[in-house]
Amino acid sequence: MIKFFLMVNKQGQTRLSRYYEHVEIHKRTMLEAEVIKHCLSRSKDQCSFIEYKDFKLVYRQYAALFVVVGINETENEMAVYELIHNFVEVLDKYFSRVVSETSNLLQNISSLSKLWLL
Amino acid sequence: MPAPIRLRELIRTIRTARTQAEEREMIQKECAAIRSSFREEDNTYRCRNVAKLLYMHMLGYPAHFGQLECLKLIASQKFTDKRIGYLGAMLLLDERQDVHLLMTNCIKNDLNHSTQYVQGLALCTLGCMGSSEMCRDLAGEVEKLLKTSNSYLRKKAALCAVHVIRKVPELMEMFLPATKNLLNEKNHGVLHTSVVLLTEMCERSPDMLAHFRKVSANCNLVPQLVRILKNLIMSGYSPEHDVSGISDPFLQVRILRLLRILGRNDDDSSEAMNDILAQVATNTETSKNVGNAILYETVLTIMDIKSESGLRVLAINILGRFLLNNDKNIRYVALTSLLKTVQTDHNAVQRHRSTIVDCLKDLDVSIKRRAMELSFALVNGNNVRGMMKELLYFLDSCEPEFKADCASGIFLAAEKYAPSKRWHIDTIMRVLTTAGSYVRDDAVPNLIQLITNSVEMHAYTVQRLYKAILGDYSQQPLVQVASWCIGEYGDLLVSGQCEEEEPIQVTEDEVLDILESVLISNMSASVTRGYALTAIMKLSTRFTCTVNRIKKVVSIYGSSIDVELQQRAVEYNALFKKYDHMRPALLERMPVMEKATTNGPTEIVQTNGETEPAVLETKPPPTGLQPTSQANDLLDLLGGNDVAPVIPTAPSSKPASAGGELLDLLGDLNLPGSPVSAPAPQISQPPFLLDGLSSQHLFNDIAAGIPSITAYSKNGLKIDFTFERSNTNPSVTVITIQASNSTELDMTDFVFQAAVPKTFQLQLLSPSSSVIPAFNSGTITQVIKVLNPQKQQLRMRIKLTYNHKGSAMQDLAEVNNFPPQSWQ
Repeated sequence: MIKFFLMVNKQGQTRLSRYYEHVEIHKRTMLEAEVIKHCLSRSKDQCSFIEYKDFKLVYRQYAALFVVVGINETENEMAVYELIHNFVEVLDKYFSRVVSETSNLLQNISSLSKLWLL
Repeated sequence: MPAPIRLRELIRTIRTARTQAEEREMIQKECAAIRSSFREEDNTYRCRNVAKLLYMHMLGYPAHFGQLECLKLIASQKFTDKRIGYLGAMLLLDERQDVHLLMTNCIKNDLNHSTQYVQGLALCTLGCMGSSEMCRDLAGEVEKLLKTSNSYLRKKAALCAVHVIRKVPELMEMFLPATKNLLNEKNHGVLHTSVVLLTEMCERSPDMLAHFRKVSANCNLVPQLVRILKNLIMSGYSPEHDVSGISDPFLQVRILRLLRILGRNDDDSSEAMNDILAQVATNTETSKNVGNAILYETVLTIMDIKSESGLRVLAINILGRFLLNNDKNIRYVALTSLLKTVQTDHNAVQRHRSTIVDCLKDLDVSIKRRAMELSFALVNGNNVRGMMKELLYFLDSCEPEFKADCASGIFLAAEKYAPSKRWHIDTIMRVLTTAGSYVRDDAVPNLIQLITNSVEMHAYTVQRLYKAILGDYSQQPLVQVASWCIGEYGDLLVSGQCEEEEPIQVTEDEVLDILESVLISNMSASVTRGYALTAIMKLSTRFTCTVNRIKKVVSIYGSSIDVELQQRAVEYNALFKKYDHMRPALLERMPVMEKATTNGPTEIVQTNGETEPAVLETKPPPTGLQPTSQANDLLDLLGGNDVAPVIPTAPSSKPASAGGELLDLLGDLNLPGSPVSAPAPQISQPPFLLDGLSSQHLFNDIAAGIPSITAYSKNGLKIDFTFERSNTNPSVTVITIQASNSTELDMTDFVFQAAVPKTFQLQLLSPSSSVIPAFNSGTITQVIKVLNPQKQQLRMRIKLTYNHKGSAMQDLAEVNNFPPQSWQ
């Protein structure tokens, strides 16, 4: 089961977050900060699956943006990895030039809600 | 009031903030504006404001005042309003807030709306945050939508149904008829969600699982799934489902997972799947990650169902191929799945052992961890030496967070498969010296026990340990073990006899030097100091020329600030002065300890046998030296009493330590090596210890009625003994004492202690409480187990301490009136 889905930039600012379980607000920010810390400390040729507390993080880096998904043990990690890529591709198609324009695209109100509903 | 700014502007402004404080300020200003706008009930801009609120919520600021606004938006007729409203509901509301119930009616109406998008929105929201009441109310609507012909809606309805089932499992049967036709769809979206729905049903309820498994006219799930999967693999390129050359891999993975659940422990289903699994395994292209993801799922499925052996071998070979792949992700999943299969297919995995061991040297932390766990699982009698070498090397170089696990793993493996005692001891020494400070606490007692057991290695061991701490005595476990050994076998060390290794020349003074430096050093923990002091004391019987020096050291610590050390030092001093005749006997070599069997919940406090009662009477001063060792966790047992009863030193269901002549009234002769074996496993089970009393009969085959006796009756305190004996184990007698109080005031802090003559062994379990209420209105119960192997007449000396009428009372008594049936 996917626990959460985050898009965070290199400076640690959350661009998008979607939690599928209830998590307190202040805990969310802490969680996001820790997660990004873990992801930033990895080098390029290390594997994309990190074990964090009691779930796994699957992350993928696209230029300055990290897409991180938290899953529990029942999920196939590689399938989730592919899912992330698929998601980014869809975003790309839909909004064109996702990575460099994440900030701009998120300013568009309709796209923000569409992003969530996707 | 000017029109509120758009979300875009807001985001832009927030981006310009340079510090956290600036950002907070901007957000607060905006929040205030939004709040006043809400108060004015402004319909036109509400959706804009809520959108901004959602953005701020995502950044981590509180936004609960927007919840009602979301509801209002949902109720409006405009689609854009509804959309934002539902989005807000999904993000801000959940079943914890009572407000969400107001949504139920809106959702119900929207589920029947004419526009499919509105219906879709409602389904989404329900599927996201519906509480159980909402789900119950709306399940019927969802079920209806599951049967429509509109695939957009069917897809969403299926997902919503998954959520409903999660929240309210009883409604599962309602969705059953609808699932029959779900798999006949062409639309992959619907297929995917239906498979999810079926998976959820099968996971939740074994009845459903059985229903889906059987092949009948109504429902032949497995063949259907196989057919779908086959189509997916065989079909040509279809642009809408293609991901890197493979057709809809997500659906394939889902179907494989459902097949796994269906085939688990079921032969028929597994047989139906064998072909397709083999086909998927061989035909999938592995050059891209997508293919590997599918292969991974296939391997997991093959391992889980009752597949034929050819298929299993195929699976393990795939995993082996993964291991050799350069991509880290793939190696990681391979290691993970190998770990799962190593129990069942041990030999097959052994073939890949060398690759796995190579992974230990990988840079990646996750891979290292997996490789380490897998390596431990693969150690067996044949490869233990080689593996150990690798693992020790790994221990040297790995990160600190691994060291503890690795050390424990090495100990376990060494214990199970050690080819020789010397090798075992060498390995342990190596671990202690490299990762000494990370070793778990229970390793020390285990190690000590191991050393005592290998009698012929004593000289060698003590010599090596001595050399190890000569250089560096900062690693606590190492120092503890070393001090204990030096204390026990110091004479062997000094006499310089050692067959295994080159003997070193050590004088008694040098040995004492090192022990003293451990005592003085700031790096030593208090426990370690205790070990060192006791070791020095033991040496007083083993060494001949330095006894005076030892006496001096011991007397210095008589005024140490550390209470534990002080107590020991004072007691040892007493040993030198008044009880010098007993000293050699007391400090004799430890006998071989049996491995402690971890006892169940009712074990623990043990009072030891004692010598003649005559000795007891004349020794008041040492008794004044309680309370017992704080270091001993057993203190906590007796319901948190502050007055700790005399907890004995040696664990005793084994031959009592130090030659079996411990005087327990000497307070706490806490030979540090000794609380070792038994308390160690016991200390690790603290939760069980306080479970009070089991009032049931402790034996199933109780010997028939033994009369109970009144053991003590004085000053209003009465203590009754009732007996139980087992037919199968006639040397054990279980005595249950009941203490009652006939005075007008309660007796508090009641502690019952008992001692028996030397030939018996006594075990005192924890009492039910420490307060005896007045006027006989309640009793304290406590269980005593007495082991009487020689069937001698039972005698017991009891000591009672309690507080009554504001003063502390204490009494000693002897119980002689045991009925013959209790011990014969």
